[in-house]
Amino acid sequence: MKKLFAILMALVMVLSFAACGQEEAPETPENPSEGNDEPAATGSVYWLNFKPESDEALKEIAALYTAETGVEVKIETAASGTYSETLTAEMDKSNAPTIFVVSPNGVPTWGEYCLDLAGTPIEAELATDAYNVYDEEGKLVSIGYCYECYGIIVNNALLNEAGHDVSEITNFETLKAVVEDITANKDTLGFSAFTSAGMDGSSSWRFTGHLINLEYVHEFRDDPEAWGNGAYGPATLTGAYMDNFRNLFDLMLVNSTTDRKELANGGFDAAAEFANGEAAFYCNGNWEYQGLLDKGMNAEDLYMIPYYSGIEGEEKAGLNCGTENYWAINGTASEEDIQATMDFLVWLVTDPEASEMAVTTFGVMPYKSAAESTNRFLAQANAYLADGCYNFAWVTNYQPNVDDYRAVAVAAINAYNADPTDANWATVVTAFIDGWATQYALANG
Amino acid sequence: MRIKHDSSAVNSDMIRRPIQRWAPLFLVPMVAAFLIGFVWPFFHGLFLSFCKFKTTSNWEWVGISNYEKALQDQSFMYSFGFTAVFAVVSLVLINVFAFAVAYALTQKIRGANLFRTVFFMPNLIGGIVLGYIWSMIFDGFLGYYQTSILMDKEWGFWGLIILTCWQQIGYMMIIYIAGLQAVPEDMLEAAKIDGANGWQTLFKVTIPNVMPSITICTFLSLTNGFKLFDQNLALTGGYPFEINPDASVVRTTEMLALNIYNTFYGQNTASRGVAQAKAVLFFILVATLAIAQLTATRKKEVQQ
Repeated sequence: MKKLFAILMALVMVLSFAACGQEEAPETPENPSEGNDEPAATGSVYWLNFKPESDEALKEIAALYTAETGVEVKIETAASGTYSETLTAEMDKSNAPTIFVVSPNGVPTWGEYCLDLAGTPIEAELATDAYNVYDEEGKLVSIGYCYECYGIIVNNALLNEAGHDVSEITNFETLKAVVEDITANKDTLGFSAFTSAGMDGSSSWRFTGHLINLEYVHEFRDDPEAWGNGAYGPATLTGAYMDNFRNLFDLMLVNSTTDRKELANGGFDAAAEFANGEAAFYCNGNWEYQGLLDKGMNAEDLYMIPYYSGIEGEEKAGLNCGTENYWAINGTASEEDIQATMDFLVWLVTDPEASEMAVTTFGVMPYKSAAESTNRFLAQANAYLADGCYNFAWVTNYQPNVDDYRAVAVAAINAYNADPTDANWATVVTAFIDGWATQYALANG
Repeated sequence: MRIKHDSSAVNSDMIRRPIQRWAPLFLVPMVAAFLIGFVWPFFHGLFLSFCKFKTTSNWEWVGISNYEKALQDQSFMYSFGFTAVFAVVSLVLINVFAFAVAYALTQKIRGANLFRTVFFMPNLIGGIVLGYIWSMIFDGFLGYYQTSILMDKEWGFWGLIILTCWQQIGYMMIIYIAGLQAVPEDMLEAAKIDGANGWQTLFKVTIPNVMPSITICTFLSLTNGFKLFDQNLALTGGYPFEINPDASVVRTTEMLALNIYNTFYGQNTASRGVAQAKAVLFFILVATLAIAQLTATRKKEVQQ
């Protein structure tokens, strides 16, 4: 009896080890689609997703595809701010991701792993080549799968309540007047001008990644050559517009739902504050649109306005339109997997049902047959451009060693929030401007 | 040695044979786990510290240049200093408190078993969870003074100390209790009869007798102090940073393990080899310290 027990225990141990090394077995479909002219696909698809907010929608899409074709599609999502860690670990596995995200600043690291997408079926579906990423040899490393816009989201219903309207705001002066008027009447109105600007990982990117783009984009407009006409980032920045950055950032920090000294702790939910009508302005992007509607906001109250910061000619400023979402296909994957992945992507941008689901979560997809976008913010972004306003290109994508660079900026902003002196602002400038040069040297040295 | 052929002897065939036959069954899983989970990654890591690599299967030999860079890295040196101070302070505090609590709980007080259980429980919570929970506790308190654990280096240090003590005192306490319970009653009685007072008994009889426990506990708390990672990542993440005018940065509460992690993932992929070199140096450091400390305290142990 004891011997039997010992054998059993040992077996359990051995088996549990074996189980550790084994990946989930692909589910074999019960009814492989019959009458399909195409040869049965044997590969599988593994998409390492970059956007946590799209995780659920992508899993639904994947399930739909598996139900239709029997091809297994695995969606894994890296936690916010940990994409490079997750990708590094996943690429080492025998079943590495077949689709992953490589933005321009990821090309030096991941470019060699990417399949050349030139001439592939998915490239043929693209409606524009504006979001194509090439490496130095001209290989098409990755292609944009959605583009987005960000700026300052406005709840016009609250502005009307305060006796204003979003149409009043055309530059920093008018923005400031509205914001400060709301703050002055905060107690009677029952809401603040801006939502909290939390500095924890879930929120700080709205400022260290997005708001700061106003600095970069104006430097870029002043000297496009230094930025390779938008193809890469420069080795150093001038910092010429940091005072403007401070104008707008201070406005957000002072006229907010939250005491700026508490921002370092984080744990605030700006989206909820905005949806609950606690604040009229919210610094974020079009990807929040569906979420805000789901939280019960009215589409017609929602507007997105540019980062007005007191720069000359900013009446003609538009929103920040661009993308950091680029599909790359793993060129080191097996041929079957590459084929399966290609088929899946083509299906995703051509199938009416799938592309509608994708567009709902992504905003808009630059593919010929993809569903039309219903996102109001993107429509407003296009309206600005149609009015002849200049676009804020996403040159923020070129932040060198982005995680480290932003971490340092957060530290500087925390110190500035604790004690908003000019000296502490100088440190913020150091973090953003000199920090760029430092990290650029590290990344390219 | 003469083999006894008495069937009840420990080395008799009747007992030895089944053990010999079944030994692999018990040994293989453990040895396999050790080889796969420790030995192989260790040598692979050692090898990679001499390489430039992006993923561990895609490397290029670069010799000792990673080590040169690691030793020139000021952030590594700063982390070393910070970690050393942390390890010493936590070592002393954990052991003093753990011993005191163990001593109190081996006296005959009501509910001693309940206290032991409760004090041990923090050990059952993972480091990341603990870090986040404690950051809320600290910030709830520091928020009152309009600051945060992320903004004050001193608080970051003491926060880490408090967290580590809270977590580890219970564990060390259990080891000390085991040691204290093994102190021979007759020695204590003899001391009492000879007229030794409480302090004399403690320092001349009890402590020499629990030296083996002290050896283990100091070993554990010293190496734990040097290896601390999860709590550091979750509680302070290295914040606050001191930003120099040339934009170089000192992460004032970054300990060695976190420094290695940040080097590996935070910067460009060219520094992954450097991070690996740091990890090897880190191993050598912790191993040396642990061995030195073990030999030193072993000498003080008494044989009963």
